[in-house]
Amino acid sequence: MNTRTRPNYWLSALAIVLFAVVFLIPFAFIVLTAAKSQTESALLQFSWPTEWAFVQNLQDVVEARDYLLIIAFINSTILTVASVAVVVILAAMAAFVLQRRKGRWTSGLNLVVLSGLVIPPAVVPTIWVLQQTGLFKTMPGLILVEIAYAMAFCVLLFQAFIASVPRELDEAATIDGAGPVGLFFRVVFPLLRPIIVTIVVVQSVFIWNDFASPLYFLPGDENATVQLTLFNFQGQYTNAYNLLFMDILLVTVPPLIMFMIFQRQIVSGMVAGSVKG
Amino acid sequence: MTTVAPAKTASRLDHQPGGGRPTARKSPYPYWFLVPGGLIFTIFFLVPSVMAFYFSLTRWTLFDQEFIGLDNYVQFFREPALASGLWHTIVYAAVTSGLKVVLGMALAVLLTGPILGRGFMRSVAFFPVLVSTIGVGLTFQVLMHPTKGVINQALDLIGITGPAWLVDPDWALLSVALVDVWQGAGLATVIYMAGILSIPGEYFEAAKVDGAGPWQRFRHVTLPLSKPAGVSVIILSLIGGMRKFDLIWAMTKGGPGFTSDVMASVVYKQYQAGFYGLSTAGNVVLFLLVIVIVLPLFWFFNRREDAR
Repeated sequence: MNTRTRPNYWLSALAIVLFAVVFLIPFAFIVLTAAKSQTESALLQFSWPTEWAFVQNLQDVVEARDYLLIIAFINSTILTVASVAVVVILAAMAAFVLQRRKGRWTSGLNLVVLSGLVIPPAVVPTIWVLQQTGLFKTMPGLILVEIAYAMAFCVLLFQAFIASVPRELDEAATIDGAGPVGLFFRVVFPLLRPIIVTIVVVQSVFIWNDFASPLYFLPGDENATVQLTLFNFQGQYTNAYNLLFMDILLVTVPPLIMFMIFQRQIVSGMVAGSVKG
Repeated sequence: MTTVAPAKTASRLDHQPGGGRPTARKSPYPYWFLVPGGLIFTIFFLVPSVMAFYFSLTRWTLFDQEFIGLDNYVQFFREPALASGLWHTIVYAAVTSGLKVVLGMALAVLLTGPILGRGFMRSVAFFPVLVSTIGVGLTFQVLMHPTKGVINQALDLIGITGPAWLVDPDWALLSVALVDVWQGAGLATVIYMAGILSIPGEYFEAAKVDGAGPWQRFRHVTLPLSKPAGVSVIILSLIGGMRKFDLIWAMTKGGPGFTSDVMASVVYKQYQAGFYGLSTAGNVVLFLLVIVIVLPLFWFFNRREDAR
């Protein structure tokens, strides 16, 4: 195309500078403040630290309140890994049947799935359900809730992708004697790899960053997840901005790494899912 | 040569809407595949959603409930501090979703056009989407400090006196909404980019041959043909905006006063205060608000789609 051959240099330069200022300065601010001494960080300036306290701050944040941050990292990791692993398998199974089997039943169920995307979760009644089942304030309870909340989104993404997997494969596998379980786990599931990567990355980041669910369903310091530590810091060290920003930095590292590794898949996967849905 | 067995299998696989077979007990797509996921979804999402309607009509301590009819709703709409949350939610969702549509479209046109550094800008704009909302909120709380904050100091340099952002009651809600747009514009951009990139290049060529300038090409080719992407952006950001809790809680906790309280923060505050019935009534109001706004949109966009 003709329009793509001659880049507009002035516009490009302007856009790059603008993007850098708007999107990168806040992150630069986080890193710089995390490296300052407490008194200097309290000035809230965007400046180079006069003395580097990066290692000291790191140590202080990790040790604060009896190593609460370490516990929070362990809790968040368990929560994220367990919820994502289960939701990927269960949502893929459900999407497979909902996509392949068309009937009165399944079209009704599709509406139910869609409702999961639209309806805001009713939080206090969820606490009631967790109490009735003895799961309130327990990690398994929170994991089940995260799975339930992620289910609709994952099923819809899987359904859109499974539509592109040819039915002939199912028939061939069935003729070869595969039962439903064998057909799904040995033939279809491996083919879903691209969308599984997308869902794993997106949901991991989402659940890792989730704040409201742990706040409601897993309260208490001993159960803190990483997002809750940010608030604990803010409450306890009102003026220790260096420690607060060090915590923000640490909590951001895992999603950042995921983003860098899977950048292409995330964006293309989001695209595939969101335009169809 | 057709043997009997494969033919039978094929007919069992063939589940068309009309031809449901009672003998399909060995379908390769068994309904029990839906059970584990469906059970978790039902118990931890659908059951609470349905129970919410009942609990919202009670005075409730989680152990004990007393049916009080519509009292919670009456109280909700009588107290300005609570009812204003409803209005703020609508404003917040409209502002964030409107800005995300416009900015997402503009950035997507820019980033699919003839420009250098596209890869860099795409990554950079999408990055905040993945970062902790609480982290973003607390960072901008500092950047938006009325006197010491980086934003107002930068504005001072070019001779503008910035508002007091989160401290000024008139600005608090809007300030949070602007940060929301900063964080979420990247997602809108990506969705729009997908929409624009899926438009066949010949359309632009043809418009060009017919003498259409850049603006006309945008107005008559890009805009109508990226409509599905636009619908996704509008619906996603409206639903997201109406449910927003973490960013508002991190930045203002609903303050100053109740000027940036939205439904989700009202629900949390009432829960914290032990008014579980009232809190659940807030949830039901939010649910109805989402339905009232989103369902007509679904219907409207689908109808327009069919008409074409």
